[in-house]
Amino acid sequence: MHYLANPTRFTAIANRIIPVSWVITLALLAIGLYGAFAAPADYQQGETVRIMYVHVPAAWLALMVYSIMALASAVAIIFRHPLADVAAKVAAPIGAVFCFLALATGSLWGKPMWGAWWVWDARLTSMFVLFLLYIGYIAIWQAIDEPHRAAMVARVVALVGAINIPIVKFSVDWWNSLHQPASVFRADGPAIAWPMLWPLLVMGVAYTLLFLTLHLTAIRGEIAARRIRAIRIAEIGQH
Amino acid sequence: MSLIWSLIRRDLTLSLRQGGGVGTALGFFLTVVVLLPIGLGPDQALLMRLAPGLLWIALLLSVLLSADRIFQQDYEDGSLDIMAMGPVPLEIVALAKAIAHWLSTSLPLAIAAPALGFLINLEPAAILPVFLAMVLGSVSLSMLVSIGAAVTVGLRRGGLLLSVLVLPLYVPVMIFGVSASQGATAGPDIATPSLLILGALALASLVLSPLAAAAALRSYLK
Repeated sequence: MHYLANPTRFTAIANRIIPVSWVITLALLAIGLYGAFAAPADYQQGETVRIMYVHVPAAWLALMVYSIMALASAVAIIFRHPLADVAAKVAAPIGAVFCFLALATGSLWGKPMWGAWWVWDARLTSMFVLFLLYIGYIAIWQAIDEPHRAAMVARVVALVGAINIPIVKFSVDWWNSLHQPASVFRADGPAIAWPMLWPLLVMGVAYTLLFLTLHLTAIRGEIAARRIRAIRIAEIGQH
Repeated sequence: MSLIWSLIRRDLTLSLRQGGGVGTALGFFLTVVVLLPIGLGPDQALLMRLAPGLLWIALLLSVLLSADRIFQQDYEDGSLDIMAMGPVPLEIVALAKAIAHWLSTSLPLAIAAPALGFLINLEPAAILPVFLAMVLGSVSLSMLVSIGAAVTVGLRRGGLLLSVLVLPLYVPVMIFGVSASQGATAGPDIATPSLLILGALALASLVLSPLAAAAALRSYLK
């Protein structure tokens, strides 16, 4: 793990990976979107089912990115890995966008299907709480000027949030089942039909690769920004 | 142990003698409870249905309002540095200060809540459940808000950030608190599952939040 700790070595490897993963990501996105339009319309939901192909992978990614963020924060505390804080910091805005995308597309789907832009369903509520956690984490980095101190506080915020997510998930399930026993989410039958399933899976892989590409690019950018900062401070010291 | 007691006693004395401690939070609590029926309309049946939820919202907001008193002053005048260097671990200091906040702010609010419930037509059967749920829930509220207070202690404009950080932590307490406060569904057994979970949340936050708060404080003290 500490092989990649050297920023120069990391940047060199990232430079080689990023162009390749962009090509694969764009190809998979194209295939997935084609599949999404070629897939048959749902007999109940009609054409709106196509929103699912951008909505569901975004929700997966929103959860996955937060897990990566919390994992990176734990690694930063336990192993003092120099790039872990950077990885957690730059993952947050990307995850927040995925989370927002999931909420926005869900809202667009909800208006024709449920007749309301927003419903206080258990899943929507926990997704919204996740969005708030992302905003709080990003705000910590913005609010504290000194990077080392910001990193230490941000680790605490990320890990507290990670403990909080399962508790929120559990409690909103309880809350919702208490207040409205007939949930808006019906079981979608035993399985999704194959012509609808494969574009969804392709989109899931494409989103994951998109995140990895963006994440690598953002880490590379953050390393460069820190180097510039260090050079500027050194220059001021010389005068 | 005597050091912990003296820490708690010190914080309690400070909050009682400085003024603006319990009084401010109680005044805010009263204001919210009075404003809610004016905003919602004087319908007695509606108020009775909403009363436990309204009381909980007022409690959460009042606790949030008083959060910056936990660490802010001690951080600014340097007392916190002395405490960090003292024989008591910073985790225990954080725990003692959160307990002092509970005793001086959250617990008085929880005790006052049933009385204020009369203003919004809280049904008599719900008075005891509301009281028990709030006493247990207020422990979690004080503990959780101490994390937020520690994370934002060195920031000049920490208020907005504090509420964004603490709100997600409050969601579970709010859900189980309101659920445990329903008089009609409580039945003969007062220890409903919601109340038990509320107790579990209180115990878990007693253990976990001093760790998080101390970790956040350390990064500011270095």
